[in-house]
Amino acid sequence: MAENQEIRSKIHVENMNFFYGSVQALFDINIELPEKKVTAFIGPSGCGKSTFLRTLNRMNDIIDGTRLEGKVLIDGGDIYGPITDVVELRRKVGMIFQKSNPFPKSIFDNIAYGPRLHGVKDKGKLMEIVESCLVKSALWDEVKDRLDKSAMSLSGGQQQRLCIARALAINPDIVLMDEPASALDPKSTLKIEDLIGELRKDYTIIIVTHNMQQAGRVSDNTAFFYEGRLIEYGATEQIFTKPNEKQTEDYITGRFG
Amino acid sequence: MNKQRLKAKLIKYFLQSCGSLSIVIVLLIFLFLFKEALPFIGQPGLTELFHSVWNPVSFQKEEFGLLPLVTGSVLVTLLATVIAIPFGIIGAVYISEVASAKEREFLKPFIEILAGIPSVVLGFFGLVVIAPLVKDVFGLNTGLTALTGAVLLALMAIPTIMSISEDAIKSVPAAYKEASLALGASRLETIWKVVVPAALSGIIASVMLGMGRVVGETMTVMMVTGNAPVVSFNPFTSVRTMTATVAAEMGEVTIGSDHYMALFWVGIVLMLMTFILNLVSYRVLKKYGSERA
Repeated sequence: MAENQEIRSKIHVENMNFFYGSVQALFDINIELPEKKVTAFIGPSGCGKSTFLRTLNRMNDIIDGTRLEGKVLIDGGDIYGPITDVVELRRKVGMIFQKSNPFPKSIFDNIAYGPRLHGVKDKGKLMEIVESCLVKSALWDEVKDRLDKSAMSLSGGQQQRLCIARALAINPDIVLMDEPASALDPKSTLKIEDLIGELRKDYTIIIVTHNMQQAGRVSDNTAFFYEGRLIEYGATEQIFTKPNEKQTEDYITGRFG
Repeated sequence: MNKQRLKAKLIKYFLQSCGSLSIVIVLLIFLFLFKEALPFIGQPGLTELFHSVWNPVSFQKEEFGLLPLVTGSVLVTLLATVIAIPFGIIGAVYISEVASAKEREFLKPFIEILAGIPSVVLGFFGLVVIAPLVKDVFGLNTGLTALTGAVLLALMAIPTIMSISEDAIKSVPAAYKEASLALGASRLETIWKVVVPAALSGIIASVMLGMGRVVGETMTVMMVTGNAPVVSFNPFTSVRTMTATVAAEMGEVTIGSDHYMALFWVGIVLMLMTFILNLVSYRVLKKYGSERA
């Protein structure tokens, strides 16, 4: 019984501050994110939730002049330590972006991109990975007859599920999702949410969302950010029904944000 | 009709005529080239042009075979392209993806300066520096070879290839790069496997435009390729290009003579070649350009 198992902490963040140049974006973040659960980050625009998400696979590294203080541990290892291999880290921590961003290549090549990078050359093995990832992302039935067609020919919702399949293809432990459904219509959004429900069995999922109903539907835990600070963190049900902090309550009831 | 509408119409016609001016000019050029070259078809006949000897001034037998001139141009152009492509594309990748903002500020003006050097000046540089170098390195009798011309032409094509490729690479959406990096690709892998393929249409177009510039270039090749009209695909021989032939001989030819008309045929062939090159690059752009939604 999964429910009775002890919940293991996957990500541990301690006294973390983050800066864009001289502007501080995150202030003294302390949080424990559990393994194989869905954690939602909510908060108004510019509150730092996406920035925080991007510190977890060091995507902020590609922006010049960013700096991080404090500790971010994944499975006990400091990902900002001097011996950390960023390529290894990003293999373990997949990411889905706000706007679907398939490469202008075929559907097959999109998903095979990651495995090929990491040394899988055998055509049969690649096909196996592509199929299993497309099945996991609930796209297989829609595209199985046109794997060699350009990914650009897919609809927006299909493209986003393709990106999820592509992220799964490198077999990560953690999947970061940065507002994955914000550019999609309600029907596609629902499909993505169903998908998250399926993926939670095998992956630790962290999702940034603007949509509070979505956070309520898909997540186990919710963290509320405001002006670069983590205001409140707890079980989703508790956050949405009886938040401890006034700011959280105001945001959730729609008084600001 | 009131005054306002009449004015609007006039302005429209004026703009329309400005817009179509280039078409008219191209057609006129073709027309006059053909007009001057036409009598050649009757006497000495078009088949003359397919011979392999170009010897237009002779007391025994004048020969107007374009073959050596065409192969000369093709050889020099292909060599120059082969030399220019790696430098142009790698340079573009470096400037747009790797270089810091400061380096970019420093490098870009130099590329523009290179593009702006008059071809005669490049020719001097070729005569004084490149030709002796080619002669010594390869142990030849003369440094005035197809290779020497190709090196100089490559210098002229590189700025074209670099700046247009750079634009193409810069316009690749950052989202592709992020996606690749997030999948655990290194920066280099991202550049070669995602960024360059996504910019490929622009890169190919830049190469085509660079080739167009090289085919039409006259002064430099006249100065350094040795001007020997022989059919050869050996880069270490002297060759003569179509452009150099026209430039060198046009001034001394009797107007209306067979030689005069043959030179016009050289011009027509040259124009067709650049026309085809442009057409191909246009097609390439259309075919691969639509890939990116």
